Amino acid sequence: MPAPQRVSYRLESTLDSVNKAEQMADQVASQAGFDEDTRGGISMAVREGMINAVLHGNAYDSAKHVNLTFEQTGPELIVTIADEGKGFVPEEVPNPLAPENLLKESGRGIFLMRTFMDEVRFRKLNSGTEITLIKRLQNNDLDRQEAST
Amino acid sequence: MSMKASTRQVDGVTIVDLSGRITLGEGSVVLRDTVKDLLGKGQTKILLNLGDVSYIDSSGIGELVSAFTSVRNQGGELKLLHLTKKVHDLLQITKLYTVFDVKDDEAGAITAFSK
Repeated sequence: MPAPQRVSYRLESTLDSVNKAEQMADQVASQAGFDEDTRGGISMAVREGMINAVLHGNAYDSAKHVNLTFEQTGPELIVTIADEGKGFVPEEVPNPLAPENLLKESGRGIFLMRTFMDEVRFRKLNSGTEITLIKRLQNNDLDRQEAST
Repeated sequence: MSMKASTRQVDGVTIVDLSGRITLGEGSVVLRDTVKDLLGKGQTKILLNLGDVSYIDSSGIGELVSAFTSVRNQGGELKLLHLTKKVHDLLQITKLYTVFDVKDDEAGAITAFSK
């Protein structure tokens, strides 16, 4: 099992940060031992979380930043994304799968995060919102890791 | 990788060959501008070839939905062609697979447009 490790970044509120975070997520998930399909889901969830922070939270404000942390503890990969925006109530985001919302142009980010991760939590900060994304290694991931060591 | 869009005409249908990523930013803008331009020229039978689209995020999904409704609102039709597995799965997950008319074969897709 990989040793516990934690790495944090303070990112600008730009599209470039969204793309970088997605790439970092894929690397971290690969090092953690997730298979290719799962890695794609994790990096998409991180991308959506970053879009939420940069676009909806910080509204591309150059004075505001996004704190991104990857942490691996045992079989869990924990990603936190904290913005400095005005905050939002996740329960108030309409269900994008409801027939009346299917043809809406936005509102699928949180749904995609929940689809690809095992747990998604939201926490209101003094200024901003923190999203925590958790993905757990499955037995076949752990078996593959042991076989490669 | 940024997104590219090129258009060609076959039997009155405009085929848009897209490649790259349809994501927040450039990819979404390219798709939006391409469809807007076609509609401006009165070309309302549009087949989006997504065979070389490697990735779509929530913004890209929104842009596909926007293209679909814009074309429909002008009395036209928009269909999707050659979905990769990733894009296919994403449309399934978001329940949009049945909203879009998805085709696997270009010739069949063209004849499926109303005359």
